[in-house]
Amino acid sequence: MSQIVRDTYLIFMRHLRPTLRNKVALVFGALQPLLYLLLFGPLLKDVFGGGGSWQVFVPGILIQLVLFGAGFAGFGLIADLRSGVVERLRVTPVSRVALLLGRVLRDTVVLAAQALLLVAAGVALGLRAPVGGVVVGLAFVVTLAVSIASLSYVLAMMTRTEDAFAPLLSTVTLPLMLLGGILLPMSMAPGWLDVLSRFTPFRYLVDATREAFQGHYATAAVGQGAAVALVLLVVSVTLGVRRFRRENA
Amino acid sequence: MIQARGLARTFPTKHGEVAAVRGVDLDVAPGEIVGFLGPNGAGKTTTLRMLTTLLAPTAGTATVAGHDLRADPAGVRRRIGYVAQTGGTDPATPVGEELELQARLYGVPGRAERIAKLCARLELDGLAARPSAALSGGQRRRLDIALGLVHRPPLVFLDEPTTGLDPQSRGNLWEHIRRLRDEDGTTVFLTTHYLDEADALCDRLLIIDRGRIVAEGTPDELKRRVSGDVVTLELGAGAERARAALEAHPAVREATADGGTVRLTVDNGDRELMGLVRALDAAGVELTSLRLARPTLDDVFLTVTGRSLREAA
Repeated sequence: MSQIVRDTYLIFMRHLRPTLRNKVALVFGALQPLLYLLLFGPLLKDVFGGGGSWQVFVPGILIQLVLFGAGFAGFGLIADLRSGVVERLRVTPVSRVALLLGRVLRDTVVLAAQALLLVAAGVALGLRAPVGGVVVGLAFVVTLAVSIASLSYVLAMMTRTEDAFAPLLSTVTLPLMLLGGILLPMSMAPGWLDVLSRFTPFRYLVDATREAFQGHYATAAVGQGAAVALVLLVVSVTLGVRRFRRENA
Repeated sequence: MIQARGLARTFPTKHGEVAAVRGVDLDVAPGEIVGFLGPNGAGKTTTLRMLTTLLAPTAGTATVAGHDLRADPAGVRRRIGYVAQTGGTDPATPVGEELELQARLYGVPGRAERIAKLCARLELDGLAARPSAALSGGQRRRLDIALGLVHRPPLVFLDEPTTGLDPQSRGNLWEHIRRLRDEDGTTVFLTTHYLDEADALCDRLLIIDRGRIVAEGTPDELKRRVSGDVVTLELGAGAERARAALEAHPAVREATADGGTVRLTVDNGDRELMGLVRALDAAGVELTSLRLARPTLDDVFLTVTGRSLREAA
């Protein structure tokens, strides 16, 4: 067990160092959601009437950040597969699980930093949310980041080339983003769309984060969000660990 | 250092199973440089990936560096080094960071000192801050090798170590590989499809073709298996008289005369040369020139597999 922790830390630091060397990339990674916040967010003011619109919009943007940011994590693995780094590490006694967890941890830390950046930008634009609510929201962000990054690595291991990985990724992420009600809440949706969205996990995470940002914690939406987040976490990490343990992975 | 019995691997494909390696037996003694020779697709890399725990065999057993490949792959990993054909460094990561990580993953004691020593030895000093993308081909290859040696493994696997290097870097790398054996007693198992490399570097060769080992021995033993040496004599006159005189010599297996040239197939040509010249002298034939050609490993390959390695590769 101590070996897994130590190896995870070593792999985590290996992948974090390039980010620390190039902090500008950290901001660029959050540029797309930041632009949504700046150029699309203000449009919602009239839809929801006043400052409350940010409490609805910022949580959606946070989930979008995770969906795309962690979703793209697999590209880094494909580059390492091609350069032979993965194989070189697999010949060492390093824990196979650490090879996954170290990467996932790094992605999660980066996404958490970007999420904080977005919340700060939101506050500057007029977001008013209780600190506790933001903390709960960030907990959702972190849990989701671990899940999505793990799944992205599984997908990257299966496809092994950018050419196969990229189209598959966008085929999965775009409908999930739209059905999650990230830009506008699904409560505004017609019946069929509302039902459809309930079959996607992000719907519950977005709703739960919005509730938390409004200071409502002990609600059904937060409970459902937490349950979905945990199930997704267990399933994703299990799949990832199994894939990384497989001999020819 | 390595004992493998019946090692085999099949891959499932759309058209049924394909056997990449069909039952390989091999033994490697400590301190040897063993060359694993064969054309592309013969099963070299698949065998290597099995011996290095990267690929589970579908059949067979092996003990590598004192640990059972199937029962204790982690034990094998701690005691071997592996340098893949494509290398294994990230282009953007500095050399020093790669070595540091590798040493930490193996839990190498006295890390900084070990890395400094290894860099000095493999001519990598002063490059610690440089990303591997900024290294020359030879430097990058030596970095790959340094990564495989950082934990002082008693057994190192090198997959096509000199492919893509210029002649000078190749010669330099051969020197480094010999020093591994001579100074540290490291056992080296390398694959190659260069015959000159196998000849110059390896104590013993294993030839693999279509997933099976088809010949093994020292380079000289293998060459001796091929029909002997060829001696070519140029004579001013009396070629037929010379042929008749030499045909009776016990070492000569075959003698043909063509114009002023006599061609002989001789066992141990280098040792018998003097006797041949004496026989010519006794027959009173003047010699203008004499050439001894030893069989090459390509001839060996042709004999054991029925095709030339150069064609096959």
